[in-house]
Amino acid sequence: MKNTILQVERLQTEFTNDKKKVKVLHGVNFHIKKGEVLGLVGESGCGKSLTSLSIMRLFKGTTARISDGEILFQKNKEEEIDLTNIPEEEMRMLRGKQIAMIFQEPMTSLNPVMKIGEQLTEPICLHLGYGKKKARTHAINMLENVGIPRADEVINEYPHQLSGGMRQRVMIAMAMSCNPQLLIADEPTTALDVTIQAQILDLMRQLQQDQNMSMLLITHDLGVVAEMCDRVVVMYAGKVIEEASVLDLFESPKHPYTKGLIASVPKIGNLKEKLSSIKGRVPTPENMPEGCKFAPRCEEAMPICFQKEPATKAFKGNRHCSCWLYDDEMRDVSV
Amino acid sequence: MLQYIFRRILEMIPILFIVSILIFYFIHLIPGDPARLVAGQDATLEEVNRIRENLGLNDPIWQQYLSYMQGIIQGDLGVSLKTGLPVTEMFANRFMNSIYLTFASIIWALIFGILIGTISAVFKNKMPDYLGMVTAVSGISVPNFWLGLILIQIFSVQLGWLPTGGAEDWKSYVLPAVSLGAGIMAMIARFTRSSLLETLGADFIRTGRAKGLKEFILISKHALRNSMIPVVTITGLQFGFLLGGSVVVETVFSFPGMGRLLIDSIAFRDYPVIQAELLLFSVEFILVNLLVDILYSYLNPKIRTSTA
Ligand SMILES: Nc1ncnc2c1ncn2[C@@H]1O[C@H](COP(=O)(O)OP(=O)(O)OP(=O)(O)O)[C@@H](O)[C@H]1O
Ligand SMILES: [Mg+2]
Repeated sequence: MKNTILQVERLQTEFTNDKKKVKVLHGVNFHIKKGEVLGLVGESGCGKSLTSLSIMRLFKGTTARISDGEILFQKNKEEEIDLTNIPEEEMRMLRGKQIAMIFQEPMTSLNPVMKIGEQLTEPICLHLGYGKKKARTHAINMLENVGIPRADEVINEYPHQLSGGMRQRVMIAMAMSCNPQLLIADEPTTALDVTIQAQILDLMRQLQQDQNMSMLLITHDLGVVAEMCDRVVVMYAGKVIEEASVLDLFESPKHPYTKGLIASVPKIGNLKEKLSSIKGRVPTPENMPEGCKFAPRCEEAMPICFQKEPATKAFKGNRHCSCWLYDDEMRDVSV
Repeated sequence: MLQYIFRRILEMIPILFIVSILIFYFIHLIPGDPARLVAGQDATLEEVNRIRENLGLNDPIWQQYLSYMQGIIQGDLGVSLKTGLPVTEMFANRFMNSIYLTFASIIWALIFGILIGTISAVFKNKMPDYLGMVTAVSGISVPNFWLGLILIQIFSVQLGWLPTGGAEDWKSYVLPAVSLGAGIMAMIARFTRSSLLETLGADFIRTGRAKGLKEFILISKHALRNSMIPVVTITGLQFGFLLGGSVVVETVFSFPGMGRLLIDSIAFRDYPVIQAELLLFSVEFILVNLLVDILYSYLNPKIRTSTA
């Protein structure tokens, strides 16, 4: 039995716009261990959401398609399946049951014309096979678990009667209701104000530990990462460029991009110091630079960086980084 | 909710009051002398004057209006100039016939409109979508009398399946209802399509997919209900056209209903009948819009919970 719940290998996902293919994910590699919280960080537009949608295969209504790679999911003790090539019906039965998802927008992610209870019991009836009454009891339990007061009344209310924080709690209750092995949370607190944000994160962390559930937490907030995650994967322009434990990453970031990200987080104590930010912008999928995609913005770029993509190198402490700086031969050449 | 409905019905009273004044006034603007019509072409001037006096046509217009309204409150819509029968009596059967016809056409328009619109949205830019939208465009552009004539030609004359007119049993309602509802059906189809397409792109649909819901449940249970809000609104607005269309369609099918009676009455200048009929149409229109508002708040809990 493996210790990994999900392994993403060389994942490539592309859109087709007017018959033209636009590749957004250029071979994403990472894995999530059982009971672990993995952070996925990166600037806006680097493909974090698309990675999560690829895992869930939630492409309906878009032109996105997985063009290469595999996503191995440990379905149960014996069986490992590749999510990129199971039939749609099998995938559908996994969604909400074994892999659940929470989205960024609590205000629009619930159906405005259906009662909370109706929406909450849907996956319970579908995946756990409960009858109406039992599902309702279970739903009320779930609402209480996520700290919603007067759960037995809220269940009869409509989304617009709840605040954003409450709605996100409902979303969490819904995602957790069938006891998933993996929870994907795509910026679950970005739309909420700071105090609510902390409460929701606490709640998620606590539920995750209680259930020993694995979690993929997408965020661009390194503060959230520091607080919540065990390990971090840093993405840039559709690729993973660094992977490390949270401690290692903050203590000794390897990739210049990661260094830049960490330097741009405001720190208490040196408020007077000007915040540093990474110069330039994320390249669009249509005009990706040759070589390392970060090279044009990189302060430590070398000639080789503009010509060839660096390979991913493994480091002590189970960390990875793709950067020419750590290729000793290249370094020698360029020095 | 009940309180809301009651309030809305109370609000109807002043509206109807104003509408009745306008109708009364405009009818009197129509040139022609009702007394002469009743008396006939050969009658002497004295006879005509006597009839005019009897009908109260010499009174000032406001007095005529008041006595007319007094009658209405007592359930008396006046007497037809043409037949000499009380207007209420002339309406009795025709009114129910027309109500059945209107409902039949609205219902088929809703069922097929929503069905076609949904299929078009689900198969966006594919063959079923094109077929559906071609149907919809033809439904809007073909005038209903023309559609009626074609339907009679095919289903009555050539195939002999359905009667060409009358209102005897359900069969005689099929063709008039289809011709009358075609335009609205097409309109509903188009609105359903665009509204559903918009809803299908919403975040909560993605949430539904992430829960593992079947596509069919997602569309029928989650998306359609959200998409029906604009559809209900336009159906209510189109109801006025339906009343107008019924005049034409009922004539084509020699259907014994209010629409054809209106045409006949206008031809004869049968003022009391015209007047009563217009008033009735207004009541119907206002009631339908009330119904639409109620449905609307049923579909949109945000409105319901704030008015309750
Ligand atoms: N229909 C499309 N056609 C082409 N490219 C698209 C399409 N939709 C999204 N993209 C591209 O996919 C890339 C990745 O988007 P994604 O939503 O995954 O970013 P993200 O990392 O989640 O960003 P954010 O932090 O803003 O949520 C973006 O650069 C975007 O331009
Ligand atoms: Mg995103």
